[in-house]
This record gives sequence, C-alpha cells and structure tokens, in this order.
Amino acid sequence: MYKIAVMGDRDSIYGFAALGLEVFPVTEPAQAARQLRSLAEGQYAVIYITEALAAQVEAEVDRYRASRLPAIIPIPGVAGNTGMGILNVKKSVEQAVGSDIIFNGN
Amino acid sequence: MAKKQVNPTRMELTRLKRKLVTAIRGHKLLKDKRDELMRQFLDLVRENKVLREKVEAGIQAANKNFVLARAGMADEVLNVAMMAPSQRVYLEAGERNVMSVDIPVFEYKTRSADANNIYSYGFAFTSSDLDGAVKSLSDVLPDLLKLAEIEKSCQLMAAEIEKTRRRVNALEHVMIPELQENIKYITMKLDENERSTQIRLMKVKDMMLEEAIEERREKNARATRVSGSSVEAPQEM
Repeated sequence: MYKIAVMGDRDSIYGFAALGLEVFPVTEPAQAARQLRSLAEGQYAVIYITEALAAQVEAEVDRYRASRLPAIIPIPGVAGNTGMGILNVKKSVEQAVGSDIIFNGN
Repeated sequence: MAKKQVNPTRMELTRLKRKLVTAIRGHKLLKDKRDELMRQFLDLVRENKVLREKVEAGIQAANKNFVLARAGMADEVLNVAMMAPSQRVYLEAGERNVMSVDIPVFEYKTRSADANNIYSYGFAFTSSDLDGAVKSLSDVLPDLLKLAEIEKSCQLMAAEIEKTRRRVNALEHVMIPELQENIKYITMKLDENERSTQIRLMKVKDMMLEEAIEERREKNARATRVSGSSVEAPQEM
C-alpha cells in the first residue's frame, strides 16, 4: 500500500491535506532535497512537488527519473505556472525522438 | 575502417558468419521494438500533454480559491480546519509491461466511499471560499493521479527508447559492417592461400616433370653409348 506526498511552500499545498494526501511544507532547497530523498525511499509512490521547489532540487528529481517508483510530478504553485511541467514532457520527447515533434518549439 | 586483428582461419570464418546472422536478426528485432515503443510513446505523450494542460488549469483555478480563502481567514483557523483530514487516499501500484518496459499502474482508494467527504471542518468558522477551493481541488485529483501514471510511463519509455535506439545504431553502423569487413578479409585471405598452394603445387609438378625428362634423356644417351655406333640412335622423346 503506497501513499501520496505533496511538497512545496505551505500556501500552495495546504489544500491537498483536505483530500487525504500527505503534505510536507518545505521551502529550503537543502531541506527539500533531504525530505525528497526520505520520501522516495519510503512508502510514497507519487510525490507532487511545486514547480518552484522542483526547479531548486532538480538534481534530486532527476535521480528518480529512471526508476519505476516514485513518480515525481511537478505541479504549479500559487505563484503561478512556470511552464516547468510541460518542459519535462518536452524533455521526454526529445530524449526519445531526438527532437521535439509534439510541441513544435512552443 | 580500422579492423580488429582476426585469425584468417576457417573456424574463425564460421564463427563470424554465425555472429553476423545473429547480429542481423538482433538488429531487425530491436528495430521492430524501437518502432513499436515509439508508436506507443507518441500516443502516450500526446495524452500526457493534454492531461497536463488540464490539470495545470485545474490546480491554478483551485489555487485562486485557496488564496482567497487564506486571505479571509486567520492562520490558526485554517490550520485547525486542515489539521485532521477526514479523507485519506491509498494508492495501489501495479505494473504493466509494454515492450519490456515496466510502467506503473496506479489505482487509488479513498478511505470513505463518499466523494463529498472532503471537508474536514465545520462550516461555522471557515470562509466559504475554502469549501469551493477544496471541492475544485478534489475534482482535479483523479486527473492528477492519472497524470502521475502517464508522465512516469513517458519518462520510463523515453529512457528505454533512447537505449534501444543506441543499440540499433551500434548494430547497424558498427557491429554489422565490422563483421562483414572481417568476413570479407578472411575469405580473401583464404582464397589467396588456396591460390598460392595451387601455384606451389603446379611449380612442384613442373620441377618433377623436368627432372623426369632429364633422367629419361640421360638414360637414352647411356643406352646409345652402350649399344655402339652400328645401331641407330633411338628417336628422342
């Protein structure tokens, strides 16, 4: 049985607590990296992380790209959409195809 | 092409030929695998894009409500409201095999079956914006989980496609040409050896023939000398 975690600044994620997801408010990159690692090694299959925070701990996020679990998914925070989530999808396409054929450069 | 040192022997030739057959077969299979993976990946990634746009829009809308709710409420009240969630999401993670890539399949269960059981607070002290915010976020949740599944699958498949593509290219542009080159080299070397053996044999035969003629001539000459001048010398052969 797996659990779902949400990481990010408190304002962006506190609503997820009502849905029954576990929220971990962090803003400090070093602390976020530690937290992410302990979550990934724990019972969490899906970790949602705000785009702003994900950008700061990109190295940690990329470490779990190739493993089956957990899935680390960037979501927009209150500060707005930075386009990082879509960029990640684009990165997958580029990795697989060699060039971006889905988004046509926009 | 810089070719490796190979022994020009028949055994090596057979070995290389067998290897080439395997390499060509492997190349074909890997190419098929790559094409099929690519087809599935493209379908998946298109779905991923649509879903992500939808989820991002949903979360953004929910966030707007949350900001409003937070603005209208004291921090403590909000904390208390969110402190003990009545709902809980459990996730079951299975796996599905797509062309040798294990992609996750998520199935989620909520603690209470009632979809409206998401308000973990009494309505008396909280702003109504919070209700709307929680509701809009809960509407996004199924899509959010689907997104997690699809996006992870995309990442895993992208990695596998890259690996397969490299293997195909290595076989096509390095392994197979090298094997063909080596086979050609050995074949030519063996042919050359055979020709040189043949020539050597012909040469030896020539020498033996010459020797035989010489011997015969000497014998004839001796015979003529012994029989004396009265008898005519026999015809030279």
